[in-house]
Amino acid sequence: MSAPSANLSPQTSKSGSTDIEDLRKMHVVVVGHVDHGKSTFVGRLLHDTDSLPNGKIEQVRRNCAAEGMDFEYAFLLDALLEEQEQNITIDTTRIFFRTQKRAYAIIDAPGHKEFLKNMVTGAASASAALLLIDASEGVMDQSRRHAFLLSLLGVKQLVVLVNKMDLVKYDQATYEKIKTEYTAFLKSLGLTAVDFIPIAAKHGENIVNRSQPMSWWKGPTVAEALDNFRHEDDLTGLPLRLPISDIYRFDHRRIIAGRVEAGAIRPGEELIFQPGGRRSTVRTFEDWPGPSREVAGTGDSANFTLTEQIFAERGQVVSHIHNQPRVGREFRARIFWLGKEPLQTNKTYRLRLLTQNVEAVVAKVEKITDAATLESIQATSVPRDSICEVTIRAARPIAFDLHHECAITGRFAVEDAGRINGGGIILEARTEKTTREGKVTSAERAARAGHAPAVIWFTGLSGSGKSTIAENVERRLFDAGRQVVRVDGDDLRTALNRDLGFSAADRAESVRRASAVAGLFANAGKITLVTLIAPLAADRAKARAALANHPFIEVFVDAPLEICESRDVKGLYAKARRGEIAEFTGITSPYEAPESPEVHIRTDKVSTDEAVKLVLDALDKIQESKAEDWEV
Amino acid sequence: MSRNAQNDHLTRLEQTSIHIFREAFANFRSVCMPWSMGKDSNVLIWLARKAFCGKIPFPLLHIDTTYEFPEMYEFREKAKAIHGIDLIVRVNEDAIRRGIGYATHDPVTVTHELKTVPLKAAIDEFKWDALVTGIRRDEDPTRAKERWFSPRSAEGVWDYKDQPPEFWGQFASTAPEGGHVRVQPLLEWTELDIWEYIRRENIPNPTLYFARNGKRFRSLGCHPITHPVDSPASNIDEIIEELKQTRVSERAGRAQDHVGRNAMQALRAKGFM
Ligand SMILES: Nc1nc2c(ncn2[C@@H]2O[C@H](COP(=O)(O)OP(=O)(O)O)[C@@H](O)[C@H]2O)c(=O)[nH]1
Ligand SMILES: [Mg+2]
Repeated sequence: MSAPSANLSPQTSKSGSTDIEDLRKMHVVVVGHVDHGKSTFVGRLLHDTDSLPNGKIEQVRRNCAAEGMDFEYAFLLDALLEEQEQNITIDTTRIFFRTQKRAYAIIDAPGHKEFLKNMVTGAASASAALLLIDASEGVMDQSRRHAFLLSLLGVKQLVVLVNKMDLVKYDQATYEKIKTEYTAFLKSLGLTAVDFIPIAAKHGENIVNRSQPMSWWKGPTVAEALDNFRHEDDLTGLPLRLPISDIYRFDHRRIIAGRVEAGAIRPGEELIFQPGGRRSTVRTFEDWPGPSREVAGTGDSANFTLTEQIFAERGQVVSHIHNQPRVGREFRARIFWLGKEPLQTNKTYRLRLLTQNVEAVVAKVEKITDAATLESIQATSVPRDSICEVTIRAARPIAFDLHHECAITGRFAVEDAGRINGGGIILEARTEKTTREGKVTSAERAARAGHAPAVIWFTGLSGSGKSTIAENVERRLFDAGRQVVRVDGDDLRTALNRDLGFSAADRAESVRRASAVAGLFANAGKITLVTLIAPLAADRAKARAALANHPFIEVFVDAPLEICESRDVKGLYAKARRGEIAEFTGITSPYEAPESPEVHIRTDKVSTDEAVKLVLDALDKIQESKAEDWEV
Repeated sequence: MSRNAQNDHLTRLEQTSIHIFREAFANFRSVCMPWSMGKDSNVLIWLARKAFCGKIPFPLLHIDTTYEFPEMYEFREKAKAIHGIDLIVRVNEDAIRRGIGYATHDPVTVTHELKTVPLKAAIDEFKWDALVTGIRRDEDPTRAKERWFSPRSAEGVWDYKDQPPEFWGQFASTAPEGGHVRVQPLLEWTELDIWEYIRRENIPNPTLYFARNGKRFRSLGCHPITHPVDSPASNIDEIIEELKQTRVSERAGRAQDHVGRNAMQALRAKGFM
């Protein structure tokens, strides 16, 4: 589905044949001031295009008669009792219908000021809009406010329908006057209407059938205008933007799931995950029931594995290395505010951009505009249904684009107390202030590193493979851009623990010192790898307790004594057997195996690579659950 | 429409529905999917398996009214095995003891007692905060006003007068206190899309949809109030051809929708799908 549709069928190459247009449903929203005839128009459009099921009109007529109401085409859409009683649309209705040319979803939006959020819901998913203006009433508040919202929502194709022409005796001059006035208003928003069509919705004039009394109108009917709307551009040619929805580990696979919002992705491509900046390569798509696709294009919900297991989490935006989104905490934005409470500075909201969801504040309100009059409002907070320009500061870095570069990653919703109350587009990135007050917090460290610290404690007999595994784990983490440090028991013995021998008391002290050192590193934000025989369970329990404020992973590096002894890398077992070393663990001193280590590795049974993977998986699990706490 | 063109259209619907599934699974603590064993429900299962790479990571719920067609029970067991479904079955035993049934009560009461009430009870029992449903906008004018993610109060009530806005891929992501969110991945599909997709993907379905002796079921509910329509369509190709021509609405054979004006609104406001 990522291939541009124009290539699919041979007979389409020249004239853009109708076959092509059939591919996609065209979403068209109907907007305008309350009572200007939107619902009537949609009902009539369905009727005149013969799109209603059998008996539907008769049923509505019967219902109206039974209730003593006049028949309204609007009741075909305004299905809620409250809507019919008050003769008003409360929420958007989506109706599917077809013309000869293609399929449509027509979205009837409410015109009442009270229901602006529902109008936004309807308009946001549309590629084109029909805006109705009552010829007898002229341009009203919502006629203007809706156009402003359309411009913010990015609905660029607009046809204005000058309705109820019957009420002005089909007078061309009235039509021209509205056209002139409204064209000027649209221009100030940077919009132009494709056409202004005079209609009488109630009587079906110029909708499908041409109007007799308005024979002066030579332009298209509404049905013709609909078929002239173009689909929005396919975004497959743009740089890749894939926000992560989730990471699945239902079985042995670790699958990254997310929708391609722009561009395309293929196996073998190198990716970067922002924020965080870690890189990996797409290994395979994991499509059920298979075979897996070869490419995922814009609009596809992709699911793929990586060659390198890196830290990844919901919210990150995946892109190619050469064309990444911006990463930052501060930007300037234009927001439309729908909340009952005004939008305030220095109050914490949640900012939702694709799958990112972070706390944010409005640092500064620069300008507030009344969307109906375009006049600016002098106020310190932003009242409902107005539009403002503000500086937003997020609690932690997010990945985004400027709206004019890539609309889909350049816009966001603002949530207040669990409700989406506004939306905005990003105009400009700001570099954040670099000087901050107070001491550096662990949350700040984690935010900069892109991960929380952790302690991974490797215990096991001499020669069991602790250092080999730890060195490899360190290498993998380091290469993946993580803050990592290794504390080796042998190294400690040559310096810090020079005064200690191998008595039970000295061993306890050695474990205590090692845990103290590990604690310092972990406090500094590092993933700290400790390799120490630490043979006694009680000593290890104390170490774990001392490090309780960090995630702790005990790795039991396990191999039978005979195997460790046969490896004897440092010749220590031989010395111990000859009695040259006293109190040697496993020979003359006990080793108490951990009862429930987080990771248990039998190095006589698995390869080093497999062992490393077990440790990294355990770390990944912890870090994904910790990622929530990064906020500063 | 060329074959490719049609594939493309179905793929778009499919990929969007998969995205909705994934967003639901990522956002909510505990998800369940009611399963009617009808065609839309079976398409949902298929989409869920695609969304989660083969296996559905949450339970399905069958509210058994005890008025299912016998064939549906057979189909249930077969489909359960094919898809590896973790199935919960619930019956409102209490209502049945009280003698609630189609022989004595009107369809709206029975639907409420045997479907909506046990659904609410199951939600309370399992504390689900999201329910995936197979409703489509083209089925009914009140469904045409639905959102992808639609919050329901603790009483199961749909506040259709004050629905949360939904734009730019942002949905209601938390359930109201004590309530849940209906997740509706099939909203944009039409009945024709459903059948074309079933054909393309070869999705198992009950054979009641296919004509026997000149009649078939277009929509399946409780047998006393679900009436077959006149149709010679005895296979999927014929159903698709029939739907392209028809002017009769899909739920015409479902009696509970047509008891007085706005019967469907009244049912749905109280928690019916
Ligand atoms: N005379 C006349 N009345 C119309 C026309 N179109 C709509 N109306 C009436 O205007 C009123 C409001 O229509 P409605 O469709 O509910 O407006 P909406 O709020 O924009 O959806 C209804 O009473 C309609 O019958 C028209 O072309 N001519
Ligand atoms: Mg209306």
